[in-house]
Amino acid sequence: MGTPLLELRGINKSFGPVQVLRDVAFQVHPGEVTALVGDNGAGKSTLVKCIGGIYPIDSGEYLMEGKQVHVHNPRDAASHGVEIVYQDLALCDNLDIVQNMFLGREKKSGMILDEPTMEQLAQQTLAGLSVRTVKSVRQQVSSLSGGQRQTVAIAKAVLWNSKLVILDEPTAALGVAQTQQVLELVRRLADNGLAVVLISHNMNDVFAVSDRIAALYLGRMAAQVKTSEVTHSQVVELITSGRSGQLGLVEEGAAA
Amino acid sequence: MSATTTNSYEAAKVATPAKDDGGLWGYLRSYGQRVRSGDMGALPAVLGIIVLTVVFSAARPSFLTPLNFANLLTQAGPIVVLGMGLVFVLLLGEIDLSAGFASGVCAAVLAIMLTTNGYPWYVGVAAAVVTGVVIGLLLGFLVAKVGIPSFVVTLAGFLAFQGTVLWLLKEGTNISVRDEIIISLENEYMPPMVGWALGALTVLGFAATQLIQQRNRRRRGLPAMLWQVVAFRVIGLAVLVGVAVAVLNEERSRNPLFSLKGVPIVVPVIGVLLLLWTFVLRRTAFGRHIYAVGGNREAARRAGIAVDRIRISAFVICSAMAAVSGILAASMARSVDPNTGGSNVLLYGVAAAVIGGTSLFGGKGRVLDAVLGGLVITMIINGMGLVGWSSAYKYVATGIVLLLAASVDAFSRRRAAASS
Repeated sequence: MGTPLLELRGINKSFGPVQVLRDVAFQVHPGEVTALVGDNGAGKSTLVKCIGGIYPIDSGEYLMEGKQVHVHNPRDAASHGVEIVYQDLALCDNLDIVQNMFLGREKKSGMILDEPTMEQLAQQTLAGLSVRTVKSVRQQVSSLSGGQRQTVAIAKAVLWNSKLVILDEPTAALGVAQTQQVLELVRRLADNGLAVVLISHNMNDVFAVSDRIAALYLGRMAAQVKTSEVTHSQVVELITSGRSGQLGLVEEGAAA
Repeated sequence: MSATTTNSYEAAKVATPAKDDGGLWGYLRSYGQRVRSGDMGALPAVLGIIVLTVVFSAARPSFLTPLNFANLLTQAGPIVVLGMGLVFVLLLGEIDLSAGFASGVCAAVLAIMLTTNGYPWYVGVAAAVVTGVVIGLLLGFLVAKVGIPSFVVTLAGFLAFQGTVLWLLKEGTNISVRDEIIISLENEYMPPMVGWALGALTVLGFAATQLIQQRNRRRRGLPAMLWQVVAFRVIGLAVLVGVAVAVLNEERSRNPLFSLKGVPIVVPVIGVLLLLWTFVLRRTAFGRHIYAVGGNREAARRAGIAVDRIRISAFVICSAMAAVSGILAASMARSVDPNTGGSNVLLYGVAAAVIGGTSLFGGKGRVLDAVLGGLVITMIINGMGLVGWSSAYKYVATGIVLLLAASVDAFSRRRAAASS
């Protein structure tokens, strides 16, 4: 398997008196979809924001490709090839697809925006992901469906030769057909060699697309397992009680 | 990976049908679709200009004369320029209620520099614009960094700048402006030949940029605009500019002893500002980021855009344009008094932008909107003056037009939300 693309060791994060992440270890491998599951408040979003540099970690090690790196802000994360697609998508409705994909990182010749180059790159990226649902890359995002928006958001993330793409509940607001499209897209990202982290509440999605499952329970990593080695109900147990048979956290309070 | 990229690029070309598939008819149909889905662009303002022209020239034939046309353009000057600045603030979904009196303060600074201290015109203009920039920095800082809603900050500014004008003008004296260059902005006209030359340059410049752009897109295999559409736009502009210059080059003087003809100097001034700010908004990353911040501030922040800096610069641009507007107002009145930039000036500026199609909700608008909307507003003021209606009616009518424009804005927003 080799070294994981991203490895976190002993991550702690507190907001004031509340410790949200406790000694979390997390590994993501290239070419794989790692599902990050956990109940509401388990710390999934916080962990993702720590990876993305939005929250600084209090302590712990952050390794990319085996080397320790320091990520203090989203730019640092992006420079290491980490891109996050948020649940609320973070697209500008009043801009078109190309403008959104290059937002904040526009291609320029001199001080003038290089529109043809950006348009070509956007088309290539969408085509590389076999996206056929978008009619024109000059469409305003406000005219797109939920699935198309998700597609654009994901394409935006992979445009930058990113190595790790984190998707925060990409299918939460989608219908059946669009969910299918997005899951296929997620699978294709991993098949193209990227490391993908998928946050999801939907066990069907998780089992349909992921290679590994990481379950958070009350701010701690309950278990990180291969999807093929666990069952549906084991994962649900990990999410709800932090343990399932041999898997999961050792009950610390049990002895006392 | 590289092999698949070239293949997929071919695929992308197939997947994105070129815009000229439907021909000219298809272009018109897609335009109709855009209008129906709420994106009306300049349509309301253009219709407004046509309707007002018909109505007022029926009521008063003197409305449709070269003399009044020239008057209209000079009258529109300060309103249009103020509106252009306000477009930037409106694009962010903010408002600047103090822009009117900011222009008054800057005009007062200009008058004091020129008349009281005898500096040359460029020093006065520079001082006025710098004053505008400082005002904008202050407003922008309070809005973006301190976090006070722009409505409150600029309402406070509205009062404070009104006081500042009074203070600068020593409690209400009137400072006359005698500098020839400044006076000429709103009171002089270009020689007919210069008017023709500038008009031709405008059309040729527009045609050249359009052609180069479309050819570049075609060469790269990107969907490009139909040649017929490009030709239509260029010819349309040529006709518009040609007719305007021809009319303005006619003799307007009723006194045979002296001649009054030519394009008002303020027209090329507005033209240059329009070009400059359109370029900034459309062709630079800064302009793109203004739209982004106005469309979805959080998305812009996550894209690594320095949102605070963008917001402050919008206020700086707005106040700097207010300064230019104040200079034009001083030129038109040949003096500065405590009411310069006061009463309804700000309202006219906002109305110009909104009538032109700039959204009050942010994220949508062009600098051209202020020009078109400013013309509509000026036609109302000018036409009702000719018809002989009192100020009472003028205010009510302008208010109603602003409301109409705002409801078109709200309506098209609802329409766009419904169609997505």
